Amino acid sequence: MFRSHVMICGGTGCTSSGSDKISAVFEAEIAKAGLDQEVKVVRTGCFGLCALGPIVVIYPEGSFYSRVNPDDVPEIVNEHLLKGRPVTRLLYDETVAENTVKSLDETDFYKKQKRIALRNCGVINPENIEEYIAFDGYAALGKVLTEMKPEDVIQTILDSGLRGRGGGGFPTGVKWKLAAGNPSDQKYVCCNADEGDPGAFMDRSVLEGDPHVVIEAMAIAGYAIGATKGYVYVRAEYPIAVHRLQIAINQAREIGLLGKNIFESGFDFDLEIKLGAGAFVCGEETALMTSIEGNRGEPRPRPPFPAVKGLFAKPTILNNVETYANIPQIILKGSEWFSSMGTEKSKGTKVFALGGKIKNTGLVEIPMGTTLREIVEEIGGGIPGGKKFKAAQTGGPSGGCIPASLIDTPIDYDNLIAIGSMMGSGGLIVMDEDTCMVDIAKFFLEFTVDESCGKCTPCRVGTKRLLELLNKITSGNGEMEDLDKIEELAAFVKANSLCGLGQTAPNPILSTMRYFRDEYVEHIVDKKCKAGVCKSLLQYSIDPVKCKGCTLCSRVCPAGAISGTVKNPHTIDTSKCIKCGACMDRCKFGAISKG
Amino acid sequence: MKSLQELAAIRDKMKQTVNTRDTAHDGIRVVVGMATCGIAAGARPVLNAFTEEVARRDLHHVLVTQTGCIGICQYEPVVEIYDRDGTKTTYVKMTPDKVAKVVGDHIVGGTPVTEYTIGSTTK
Repeated sequence: MFRSHVMICGGTGCTSSGSDKISAVFEAEIAKAGLDQEVKVVRTGCFGLCALGPIVVIYPEGSFYSRVNPDDVPEIVNEHLLKGRPVTRLLYDETVAENTVKSLDETDFYKKQKRIALRNCGVINPENIEEYIAFDGYAALGKVLTEMKPEDVIQTILDSGLRGRGGGGFPTGVKWKLAAGNPSDQKYVCCNADEGDPGAFMDRSVLEGDPHVVIEAMAIAGYAIGATKGYVYVRAEYPIAVHRLQIAINQAREIGLLGKNIFESGFDFDLEIKLGAGAFVCGEETALMTSIEGNRGEPRPRPPFPAVKGLFAKPTILNNVETYANIPQIILKGSEWFSSMGTEKSKGTKVFALGGKIKNTGLVEIPMGTTLREIVEEIGGGIPGGKKFKAAQTGGPSGGCIPASLIDTPIDYDNLIAIGSMMGSGGLIVMDEDTCMVDIAKFFLEFTVDESCGKCTPCRVGTKRLLELLNKITSGNGEMEDLDKIEELAAFVKANSLCGLGQTAPNPILSTMRYFRDEYVEHIVDKKCKAGVCKSLLQYSIDPVKCKGCTLCSRVCPAGAISGTVKNPHTIDTSKCIKCGACMDRCKFGAISKG
Repeated sequence: MKSLQELAAIRDKMKQTVNTRDTAHDGIRVVVGMATCGIAAGARPVLNAFTEEVARRDLHHVLVTQTGCIGICQYEPVVEIYDRDGTKTTYVKMTPDKVAKVVGDHIVGGTPVTEYTIGSTTK
């Protein structure tokens, strides 16, 4: 019987900032204080507030310790665990109110969140199936197998309004119904855990923090469509997720929640993990299945759709990790509970990975229809350094930028499409005034050029040509007619590419051209980059009034471009300047400017 | 896994784990003084006895926790129980043997065990 639980984040973020060590020191100090029969140490999944890691939460009080250092641990053990005095200086400052400690749910970061897919992350030990069961785990599978017919399961998912969380937003119930309606001797259930968008890590966090939810949901899906075999396709770059998922599968097999005749219903189901080598295109459903089959991961034309002819040419459904993470709760609480959240056409919640120029980087789950302003300013804690919000990028390389003028847009699938972006898997990158939008478009194009599999010409050649046009503009050689060329080529690539990768690859350019056309024009006509990012367009200059002639700049200049004598204003020879910015960093008088 | 009962059995076994991690307590707080004086006087077995008794009776939302020195070191181990309405009852010179009665009469029954309280000692 343990009176207190010390929950230590074991997600990838906190693990990389040393939570393994912290866990070991806690175990040792607790044993030293003779508390090992009273206090339990638990490694959990991600708490979401990754910016403040490593995170430690102590129950029953629910005290939230942030940025914990191994050296702090003896103090926490002796003061908090032994004597009941929380170590205030280490508590997350938002939870420390006057004379009392606020609960985490009352902090700005958590109070607007609604955790369904992430409900167990940070709450349970993901390597212990009994903890998952304690929090109603596998109850939905039990209910489905003992009380519901497959068509009832599909109807519940249809009624809930759940749409695919991997990007496209296709109604999950419709997908299941199509696959169920195609009789076959063998069908498959697949899980897409090949999260490839730069900056997105919600699928990884669900697998790390609550792997059983995916297993349970896939078994439910198997029962609904008549499949007995499932595959989880997960990238090999997620070693913690793969490790915990494998443990979870083994534990589920051991107690008969995977295998033959589950709950004596006559239903058999088993799962296998397939590791992906990290190709972005393998997140596309047909390429993913081709890869599971053991072939080079390349997409194939649709139709036939996977529900008709998918993995090994059998009817198959493929859902994303976050989509699955919603299923057991929908079964237990009902479709009406789920559809009561969100907007008219987008029900439930969505997990976003907040990144970029924002205070609270991390993982947030919000009801659909929450505005971008609430996410950035309230949950995210705003932009550091007093800078102004310029845009937010959603949907990764397939998405687009939402400008500041649209910050009050309620976020759902259809609104994002209407403003030229998309939900994507949920990466949300916040950008401030120091970001060059042409450069952002270029960044994502470089990514798609790299990741294009090369099978179809529009994508392979089209994205490359688009990138060349962008490079021409950022290097100061752009002409106004390049903009027309980009628009024409972008439309062609979108219309003619074989798979989603190529069909969406031009989106980052099109959306930045739509909202920030003036920046493109500025790069082309004025040969200027206002944000000061595009090096070829930068000019460094020294203000002769402010310059004291200290000679520091000329000494750090690696190109010998700065000349001048002691106590007299210096000058920069722009033909020699390589625009490294070293002089500007060193100047103590603010005399050097770029523009 | 053969039946829902089998699943329910695992859930029941793990109930205390769930309760410990639920911070939505409805008001009753059991606070055990665990400063040096309290520990020296034997507060730790008292704290553990409360944890076990609350779990055994499956009392949801009763928070068992510790605090520092309450300031009446001669009466340690001291345990304060805060009821839903904020009323505080201070039990003094507690032992593990007294715990079952306090949980049963006071927390479940709503009647403080006056013979263990500070009021009866100072009279």
